[in-house]
Amino acid sequence: MKNEVLRDVQRVVLTLDVNGEARELLVPVHKTLLEVLREDMQLTGTKHGCELGECGTCTVLVDGRPILSCLALPVQLRGRAITTVEGLAGGSNLHPLQAAFAELGAAQCGYCTPGMLLAAKSLLDDHARPSREEIKEALAGNLCRCTGYAKIIEAVELAAGRMT
Amino acid sequence: MKVVGKPLPRVDAATKVTGRAVYADDMLPARTLHCKILRSPHPHARILSIDTSAARRVPGVLAVITGADLPIKFGILPVTQDERALEHEKARYVGDPIAAVAATEEEIAAAACDAIAVEYEVLEPVMSIEAALDPPKDERIQEYGGPNNVHKLVALEFGDVDGGFARAEHVREDVFFYQGNTHLPMEQHSAVATYVDGRVTLWSSTQVVHYVHRALSKVLELPMHRIRVIGAAHGGGFGGKTDPFAHEIIVAKLAILTGRPVKCTLTREEVFYAHRGRHPVLMWVRTGVTSDGRITAMHFRSALDGGAYGSYGVASTFYTGALQTVTYDIPAYRFEGCRVFTNKPPCGPKRGHGTPQPRFALELHLEKIARDLDLDPVEMKRRNFVKPDTRTVNWLRVTSCGLDECAEKVLAASRFGERKRTPGHGMGFAISTYLSGAGTAIYWNDMPHSEVQIKVDRGGVTAYCGAMEIGQGSDSVLATIVAEELGLQPSDVRLVTADTDTTPIDLGSYSSRVTFMAGNAALEAARKMRALLVEAVEASGRKYEEVAFEDAAVLGEERFGTLTTAGSYTPPKIAGPYKGSGVGPSPAYSFSACVVDLDADPRTGLVNVNKVWIAHDVGRAINPLSVEGQVEGSVYMGLGEALMEEQVFRKGLHKWPSMLEYKSPTFLDMPEVETFIVETNDPEGPYGAKEAGQGPLLPVPPAVCAAVFDALGVWIDEIPVTPEKVVEALRRKGKGEPPRYGPPRFPSIPYPPAIKVEPPPRDAAPAPR
Repeated sequence: MKNEVLRDVQRVVLTLDVNGEARELLVPVHKTLLEVLREDMQLTGTKHGCELGECGTCTVLVDGRPILSCLALPVQLRGRAITTVEGLAGGSNLHPLQAAFAELGAAQCGYCTPGMLLAAKSLLDDHARPSREEIKEALAGNLCRCTGYAKIIEAVELAAGRMT
Repeated sequence: MKVVGKPLPRVDAATKVTGRAVYADDMLPARTLHCKILRSPHPHARILSIDTSAARRVPGVLAVITGADLPIKFGILPVTQDERALEHEKARYVGDPIAAVAATEEEIAAAACDAIAVEYEVLEPVMSIEAALDPPKDERIQEYGGPNNVHKLVALEFGDVDGGFARAEHVREDVFFYQGNTHLPMEQHSAVATYVDGRVTLWSSTQVVHYVHRALSKVLELPMHRIRVIGAAHGGGFGGKTDPFAHEIIVAKLAILTGRPVKCTLTREEVFYAHRGRHPVLMWVRTGVTSDGRITAMHFRSALDGGAYGSYGVASTFYTGALQTVTYDIPAYRFEGCRVFTNKPPCGPKRGHGTPQPRFALELHLEKIARDLDLDPVEMKRRNFVKPDTRTVNWLRVTSCGLDECAEKVLAASRFGERKRTPGHGMGFAISTYLSGAGTAIYWNDMPHSEVQIKVDRGGVTAYCGAMEIGQGSDSVLATIVAEELGLQPSDVRLVTADTDTTPIDLGSYSSRVTFMAGNAALEAARKMRALLVEAVEASGRKYEEVAFEDAAVLGEERFGTLTTAGSYTPPKIAGPYKGSGVGPSPAYSFSACVVDLDADPRTGLVNVNKVWIAHDVGRAINPLSVEGQVEGSVYMGLGEALMEEQVFRKGLHKWPSMLEYKSPTFLDMPEVETFIVETNDPEGPYGAKEAGQGPLLPVPPAVCAAVFDALGVWIDEIPVTPEKVVEALRRKGKGEPPRYGPPRFPSIPYPPAIKVEPPPRDAAPAPR
């Protein structure tokens, strides 16, 4: 080990399935999924706002369900399908949610957008045509300081309409 | 118009929805070192010694620095150069930076910070406006200013104030308090620096690359040409990233010392300490009116809790007295302002900078006056509205003004006048104004505030500008204006922005200046480019509109060689003839009006906002979709301030430096917002455009409080309106006391004698454009 501070750190070899690609990694067991995605896999589309599970910014999908990647440990996620914003578009074609967010101005600074998109995808996968209240409920754990949420709700509705 | 006025997607939309935008913390150049900052655990303490020897011995640590390595002071305003990147003499708030480490891993840097031994002599902290006005128990927080912990005192008087009060048929005084709150950008501040070939390059999440550039040059003692500052993709500012920050200077210094890239990303807790947010402000206002509610004179006093350093505070202080006159015709006006130092993170500019607090006070004060006189508050306010093309008593030049139309829109849509009066349900109305860019620069100079260069060649068109996209749509405004002039789509225009090496100056994203100032510079550059292309095409015997842009570019390059044009914008010199007149003037003012509909539960004190109607005079919407987004975001932030957000302290400590405990509105808290864009076609704005991003916040807090009064018959004269305050006001009402929750009194403040300023002649023509 390279130094005293990290001398006792336990590392583990594991394979993660991220966006349909299997990646073998050697990571400290205490490193969060957020850190591993951003630092070990260069998937910096996943952002962080608090690293304490308070803001929803780091949301990714595990087997289709939204989780806070800042509170998840990769060692628990072996064999699970992880989806990040990088896996949302089909090649160069935007996912309908991405297209709707772009068209309606639902991304301003864009920092909360990846987490917002993934939380919305999970919702639409379960409820093809959610009500406005269902959208608010599903996204209530994701904070946005720019938009006042209105355009995000409209974008989710637009995408839902186009996907059904 | 082909693209101006169309609800087109933002030019950066695809980058952002795919997660490809590169924010500062997304960067990790090869061999990057990680920086952690040791911060003071004491709100007020002398630093007796700092021992970094143990930290330096931690394997993986490459550099440890303290204030002795960065002793030169800096600050955003030339008059308050009172900050050090690292303080080695005295800590002035919990979170004040003391030492910094660069190490190969973030955990190692943190462990090394823990190994730094600092010996403090703890001093009595000063934690309130009242305490700051009293003699300090131990010593003053700052060496300048005074008396006691007063930072700045100002007093100005315009016109015959005593005569105005003597003429009044009714005079009323009120006291209000607006609690401080913070920007809470989703992205934590972050900066990465490199040092290569004797030059520093810094990527940062900043709103103003130019001001960071100046501060780095000063503190690092490097000439500007050896420093390059680049604005990374930006995850939200709202004013909170407008100062140069310690971590930006620290990573540059550590990069110089180690020869390796150095990155520092603040934790969320540290973001609360970086702050520069809304000043807590105590206000006293006295107004004289005629029996039909016409204002005859106003006297306004403010006391700002500034925190430990100057920041923008001198400007903030003037702003608490500047814009009252821009919405209401006040023939005689006295303003006394005071900012104090306290042992808290420094306050600075947040969306509306220094003006939401007095707007809150003013709107509620006028509501109360109307009720004293048995007048309809809306009608009384409208009677006093400023008209287009006037000079205010404090010499502010008002040109386009859609105030009346804004009021009309929200009143009609909300059916405000026909509302049913039911206990527990209320509606409130308020109006406001904001700048379209500050009319004077932070540091005095005669140079343009914004410059744009355009290059056209066979590969297309590129526009260069120092303006910083912070989410508000700055890039899209530039691209749209250039595209409109050249007959293209915004997505056809390549942009290079916010890079001090490659882009001409722009003073950045603050004071709602980009659309007006960078927009005008872009318009000038684009029109010059169009003229070149038109000349070249016509020389070939054709018309510009008939040839493809690529062909026009080839003809132009053949005729003129390299095709470049430039445009710049300098605001008109319209400040009044008095000291302090630099704060308040703007080339144009936006106006807004708002109605809030809410339910307030007398048992629990809970307030539930049902709907907000907001109208904003934006001059001309360059992109109505982006304008709506800015207006909705402003209403959201205004509701957060009105109902829950507060940056408060207990025993010298920030009470809740986390996103969980610092409450901000979620999806479930946001009501429906109906937005009306009012277009008054400003004579000096690009295509008539004015600001959109700050003004609509301002009328929201007073409209909420007016609606609470409408619902429950109690005044909450203090922001935020928490359930506890509502219940307490109702309890007082029930006991026959004044039905009010708010500050009982305004402190005695040693304001200097007011500087008497002759107002501009009434009915004089507005200043030349």
